[in-house]
Amino acid sequence: MVKGKSDKLFDMVVYLLLTLVAVVAIFPIMYVVSMSLTPYSEVIKNGGFVIIPKNLSFEAYIRIFEDPALLRSMSVTVFVTVVGTAINLLLTTLAAYPLSRKGLPGRSGLLLYIVITMMFSGGLIPTYLIVQSLNLLDTVWALIVPGAIATFNVLVMKSFFESLPEEIFESAKIDGAREFRILWKIVLPLSVPSVMTVGLFYMVGHWNSFFSAVLYITDTNLHPLQVIIRNMLLMTQNNELQAEVTVPTAAMQMAAVVTASLPIIMVYPFIQKHFTKGMLLGAVKG
Amino acid sequence: MSDQRVVKADRSGRVSYGSHTWKKVWQMKAFYLMLLPCVIWYFIFKYLPMYGVIISFKEYNFSDGIFFSRWADPWYKYFKMFFESPYFTQLLGNTLLISLYKLVFGMLPSIILAILLHECRATWMKRWVQTLSYMPHFLSWIIIYGISVAFLSETTGLFNRWLTEAGMEAIPFMNSQEWFRSLLVGSEMWKDLGWGAIIYLAAISGIDPTLFEAARVDGASRMRMIWHITLPGIRNVIILLLILKIGAIMDAGFEQVFVFYHPRVYPVGDIIDTWVYRTGLQQMNFSLATAVGLFKSLIGFVLVVGANKLAKRWDGGIW
Repeated sequence: MVKGKSDKLFDMVVYLLLTLVAVVAIFPIMYVVSMSLTPYSEVIKNGGFVIIPKNLSFEAYIRIFEDPALLRSMSVTVFVTVVGTAINLLLTTLAAYPLSRKGLPGRSGLLLYIVITMMFSGGLIPTYLIVQSLNLLDTVWALIVPGAIATFNVLVMKSFFESLPEEIFESAKIDGAREFRILWKIVLPLSVPSVMTVGLFYMVGHWNSFFSAVLYITDTNLHPLQVIIRNMLLMTQNNELQAEVTVPTAAMQMAAVVTASLPIIMVYPFIQKHFTKGMLLGAVKG
Repeated sequence: MSDQRVVKADRSGRVSYGSHTWKKVWQMKAFYLMLLPCVIWYFIFKYLPMYGVIISFKEYNFSDGIFFSRWADPWYKYFKMFFESPYFTQLLGNTLLISLYKLVFGMLPSIILAILLHECRATWMKRWVQTLSYMPHFLSWIIIYGISVAFLSETTGLFNRWLTEAGMEAIPFMNSQEWFRSLLVGSEMWKDLGWGAIIYLAAISGIDPTLFEAARVDGASRMRMIWHITLPGIRNVIILLLILKIGAIMDAGFEQVFVFYHPRVYPVGDIIDTWVYRTGLQQMNFSLATAVGLFKSLIGFVLVVGANKLAKRWDGGIW
């Protein structure tokens, strides 16, 4: 088919707009990275603004890692992310698998028990009081246990399990295999992609989470990375001090921002398709 | 598993219908065992807080706890206090306005992006744009706040640098009441533009391709095809998402507002959630904060249930 003139113009407009979207998405991140890497001398020479630095300087990173709070907060965040995600996955699987069995007596009631909590919640203060009365305040568990299950993810995983062919379970039953073994040996190996998807959502959630720490943690030794980054960003710039240091506050702030987002940005391209899949399943069936 | 209803005689010879179910329950006991931790967790972290909302009708104090604190006089004291306070209209107005802006400026650009991606003939480009535009979704609000500082700060932001170089005055994007809502809406747009497009793109690729081919044979222009095939093809998805978002309109984005706001922008940026947080956990006025939280939860509940009822008409239900 011959492409018309207007058709070509249309293509041009589409390409142009899409390029714009891509640039708008990536440019802020690139600018932040370059800000964090620009040597101070170059910043002064250019009046404070450099988009692409000629030389790279890691001084801002060295400076922020001199603060023991940053490393400590990273260890808190890594712990919460690893242990939290493991607990999330365990509980979510154990909830989703039985709920995906259509013959389970009381299934719809149990499902309702879970889904209602998506529609009505006791709210911030009562939840805080419960966490307080369990003596979880100011422990790392306050960052893990109150968010141990996300109902949305239970529903996503349940619909994954439901899509598995029924025959698998029947043949396993005849072999006399117990339910826990069926789950562990047959169902889970078949659902690796889906478990990964849900696990990644939980992981990113833990890495990015800061509000549960704002709520439940007052001990600064237990503050996760995002809270420390926030404190660094809120630090008022002290100009008198700044004249003497060799690294501008802005560069240090941006180094902190890059440090906190780097793991996600680096892993993201490899896991993107899982996220997309999970998002669609959740949106359609969740 | 056979699902036939079998009527069985138990040992004493009487015919019993109920024992069949109980037998099945016993057979499937492992499943209930699996569910046990989850049921307990929901009870503690979801249902106990629901019970805890009764402190909004009480004079809560720490030593007496949720159960033993005495009742407020009259029982609706804190609700009355809230409804009569000047905060009521301000908080409700801010919450609804911010939500509404986000709804409009969140959905429309995402729909347009999905259509653009669908119309893009260069597969490599489509893939790149998708990968890049989904990424901001995974950054935390703290990070996005940091990026906003880099661009919008009055003294050190890149935009303001450009403005002053062009001879204009710097604009206090992060610090002024005029700009605060745009800041919220804009940063959310940046975060979720691509991510929001995923679902529309999926809906577009579900449209019967023969429709496009037939239109092409008939000599329809691509704008006409978008208008007469693509948009009607995803109309149901758009309406469904619209309904669901209206159901969640009381949630204006707690974490985001919490990260971006400060006392100077309270008049335009303070939403119900942030006010509940400050009143309850900073001023220790637990009963009042819980009452306001309950007010929000109740409206939210009615909206969500209504939205789901409505959505069922369009898509046979969400659950």
